[in-house]
Amino acid sequence: MKKLYLLMILLVLSAATLAGQSGELKMATTTSTENSGLLEVLIPSFEKLTGIKIKVIAVGTGKALALGRSGDVDLVLVHALKAEQLFVQQGYGVKRYNVMHNDFVIIGPADDPAGIKAQKSAARALKIIGAAESSFISRGDDSGTHKKEIELWQQAGISPKEKWYKEAGQGMGAVITMADALQAYTMTDRGTYLALQDKIELMVLIEGDPLLFNPYGIIAVNPEKHPHVNYDGATGFIEWLTAPAGQKIIGSFRKKGEILFYPDAIE
Amino acid sequence: MLLQSFSRAVQLLLSGNREVFFIAFTSLQLSSISILISSLISLPLGVLLAFKDFSGRRVIIIILNTMMSLPTVVIGLLVYSLISRSGPLGGMGLLFSRGAIIIGQTLLSLPIIISLVYGAISRIDRRLPETLTTLGAHPGDIFIMTLKEGKTAILSALLAGFGRVIGEVGVSMMLGGNIRWYTRTLTTAIALETSKGEFELALALGLILLVISFAVNLILHWLVKDER
Repeated sequence: MKKLYLLMILLVLSAATLAGQSGELKMATTTSTENSGLLEVLIPSFEKLTGIKIKVIAVGTGKALALGRSGDVDLVLVHALKAEQLFVQQGYGVKRYNVMHNDFVIIGPADDPAGIKAQKSAARALKIIGAAESSFISRGDDSGTHKKEIELWQQAGISPKEKWYKEAGQGMGAVITMADALQAYTMTDRGTYLALQDKIELMVLIEGDPLLFNPYGIIAVNPEKHPHVNYDGATGFIEWLTAPAGQKIIGSFRKKGEILFYPDAIE
Repeated sequence: MLLQSFSRAVQLLLSGNREVFFIAFTSLQLSSISILISSLISLPLGVLLAFKDFSGRRVIIIILNTMMSLPTVVIGLLVYSLISRSGPLGGMGLLFSRGAIIIGQTLLSLPIIISLVYGAISRIDRRLPETLTTLGAHPGDIFIMTLKEGKTAILSALLAGFGRVIGEVGVSMMLGGNIRWYTRTLTTAIALETSKGEFELALALGLILLVISFAVNLILHWLVKDER
């Protein structure tokens, strides 16, 4: 029995390390920024500079904004411009700052069964996929990418509910893997596609349409709505991220030699 | 892929990768604490259920057995709605902390441990507590004696609970948030690496989880056997 007691005492002692610190920030962001590895470069440099620890919760944009609305995080770094503007308008966020952008692409099987490759317009391409009833995998999770995809279907004048349209309800990486396995089309941010490129056969078929522009914004949660949030810490991070120091890190971040995000905060 | 993952797991363990060790330790620590708290609640309740006759006992046992199949995500949701800033306990700022995972995992393991402890104790001769009482033993002594009597079965109950919590992902993901260097556990790391298409690494992490589980089983069995 003594050994068991000893074990319990050890456990209780180790529990002392469980308490959180006060000099910390909780940031909700999207899976695309986390999965790309950008945050693993950005956050340590900020932490080293200020001593403020940042805890990142990576979810879809819809969920990230919901976490901001309920006051469960101090700031959000997301990509769904309209939803972000609404978030600020309704008073949940203080102000939206441009951080960076990349772009969405439509990817699909190399033999392109629906024949969309020649298209310049993303909406037109979706229309062709719909007409051909080729398989398309949607995120279906209210993420920034999903919101953009819905916007494009609306542009195409199609409300896809048929069998060829599959809503996965998962993150970007999982959806690309699924599309690869099913030889289907899907829309993704370029960063996640590049990260997975070696493991899949799907190719970029549509790119460069201005509608596929994918801007990221950062917003501090309004302390008037949620007095407990670490507003000073949040503005500190936003100032650093949108200043040359943070922007330079974003611009020089590369994965397999490719630029994933283009800084937007300074001209 | 299985072979590659296996060698990757060995590599990760041998290379002393700091992050992998941190993640593994987090998993082990949180699950152990949850089981400790859970057993403090479950042991008395299990013994009580086994030895005390009262109306509604059957119903409680059926409910407990049903709760064993509660999805982890549902427990995550329940706790989430309580500790989110907009919930009744929001003021404590527990969401996305290690404490939140412990709460969820404790709740998750309670039904299974209580049920199994009850099962273990019911097999003990009911004359034991009666005899002990006539010999003038305190209820506390009877409790300890009973536990000693059902030692091996209780150990199995605790290990079953441990297996349930260290392998779960719903509670840890939803309440912990998979925060790097904080609430990232083996299971949430596996989910993350899978979503990134890093299947080999994900599988390697799964193997590490099995190694930990094996070690815990080994140590606890050794501890209990040693008492004989």
